[in-house]
Amino acid sequence: MSETPATRAASATPPSVARKIKGLSDRAIAWIFVGPTIFLLLAINIFPLIWTINLSFTNFKANRIGREVKNVGLRNYERILSDSDIWLNMQATAHFLFWTIFFQVLIGFTLAYLINKKFKGNDLWTTIIVLPMMLSPAVVGNFWKFLYQPQIGLFNYIVAFFTGKEPSSFEMLGSVQLAPWSIVIVDTWMWTPFVMLICLAGLRSIPDYIYEAAEVDRASKLRQFFTITIPMVLPFLMLAVLFRGIENFKMFDLVVQLTGGGPGSTTELTSINLKREAFEKWRTGYASAYAIILFVTVFGLASIYVKALNKVKER
Amino acid sequence: MSSFSVTEPSTRSKWFAGTMVIIYALVTMVPLAWIMLTGFKSPSDAISYPPKVVFEPTLEGYVNLFTTRTRQTPEYLEANPPQTWYDEIVREYDMVIAGPSKFGERFLNSVIIGFGSTFLSIFLGTLAAYAFSRFKIPFADDLLFFILSTRMMPPIAVAIPIFLMYRQLGLSDTHLGMILLYTGVNISLAVWLLKGFIDEIPLEYEEAALIDGYTRFQAFYKVVLPQAATGIASTAIFCLIFAWNEYAFAVLLTSGTAQTAPPFIPTIIGVGGLDWPAVAAGATIFLLPVMIFTILLRKHLLRGITFGAVRK
Repeated sequence: MSETPATRAASATPPSVARKIKGLSDRAIAWIFVGPTIFLLLAINIFPLIWTINLSFTNFKANRIGREVKNVGLRNYERILSDSDIWLNMQATAHFLFWTIFFQVLIGFTLAYLINKKFKGNDLWTTIIVLPMMLSPAVVGNFWKFLYQPQIGLFNYIVAFFTGKEPSSFEMLGSVQLAPWSIVIVDTWMWTPFVMLICLAGLRSIPDYIYEAAEVDRASKLRQFFTITIPMVLPFLMLAVLFRGIENFKMFDLVVQLTGGGPGSTTELTSINLKREAFEKWRTGYASAYAIILFVTVFGLASIYVKALNKVKER
Repeated sequence: MSSFSVTEPSTRSKWFAGTMVIIYALVTMVPLAWIMLTGFKSPSDAISYPPKVVFEPTLEGYVNLFTTRTRQTPEYLEANPPQTWYDEIVREYDMVIAGPSKFGERFLNSVIIGFGSTFLSIFLGTLAAYAFSRFKIPFADDLLFFILSTRMMPPIAVAIPIFLMYRQLGLSDTHLGMILLYTGVNISLAVWLLKGFIDEIPLEYEEAALIDGYTRFQAFYKVVLPQAATGIASTAIFCLIFAWNEYAFAVLLTSGTAQTAPPFIPTIIGVGGLDWPAVAAGATIFLLPVMIFTILLRKHLLRGITFGAVRK
């Protein structure tokens, strides 16, 4: 975290100035300014979290209000961690996470590298490439379902055009083998621009003189790429991976619209499974425990990752 | 290019890079172009094989999106000749327009909730960011970071207690409830971004104003606010886009009066299966403002994305 301007600002207002200020005291203003935000954060972020933790130890069902709520201790947690179906959902999520990040990093970095060649009109084309990530994932996911239709869909038609297969011979959303890839394709289409933008910021942060020095030392272009470009972009790239990782771990809207978790449960990511437990089967207590497990998992993985990231940055 | 520089790419590599990027951009636009095209197709053109690129455009999809229709007997149709161009379109299917559909309302809900929550996030967020930037607030950094980390929770997990809480408070399916919820989700990021912008404004300006007899509050809105305007604008765009696109909370917590467009658009049903031109028309109307917005405000937006990410 960059502390210099912040700490300078926090220790602001020399006493000589402070004495001359009219109106409310700084302390009063500070609380008036921060108060409503803190209240809202407590109400919408912190209080629900605590409530979820509480619920996770009970057998509460939100659709049966009158029923007696029993404290079941850690039973919800035990049941979730020993449930083999949930491990299948975790596997589906891991598959989705790994491949989306793989393709987005690969394509995103390549694009950023090419855009950084500063050809004419590169900012306009960058904006066009960025468009998909600005759109509503649910609406886009719904429409991709149309593109993926086996007989009439554009996607199948294009694939058929290039491979010579019958366009009705494969179902992207209906087949157990292809469905996990169909969600990877749409997510990659949508979020590659994000990785690209972060990489671009990284590439633009490399000062020219480093390359000039390398040129003087007669380092080949290839060598410059591996000893200057890659190491200097790496912290940015890792940051992009962190953000995409967290976002895709939570993935819900796009995939629920595309496949609804099917066929069977091949694309049932943890969030979709959680929604089923909480809002279809109404096992509120059980789902709360599930939610806490997911939160702790992301939080733990992200913390470890940030540690690694800081090590890379320090180098 | 007159001056020679070792870091300036050669003309040939620029050409290559430009061509590759443009090809990618064109390919990536195909699905979006297809949405817009499909909106102007007739239902039979929309599902024809092979997919039609050239077709006779019609506004049927848009008419179907905004209206509900009923089938009528030939006698009735003959007795009541069509009054308007949209009447005529539905007459081809022996139908008459029964009334407006819910799409207009849902779209309006998206506008109200989107702008309402953006306004609230920015209003509260700027005040808080100023205080976090200029005053000593105990545990400020830890607090901000912890609150930011609650965004790692899947939205469904947050929705469970919010659902119960809103049911108790009577806030389910209300505009106010959704505005408060989106503000609560957005505000941590808004404060974080805005604090960054305000930190960069030199203290000297305010101090000069304070010495000149301004109150702290006057100094805030006459000196600091104008200077933070760009930062506030780009933060506002992020809040608006989040609220506009949000689906998970909307689908779980709203069903009628306060339902926004994203959960509604996939439910547009035609006669015999999904009416794809109407769905495409709805998607176009909903997505187009964001696309135009992105292109017009590209400088602020693109810088904002990287700034927001890299600052952490």
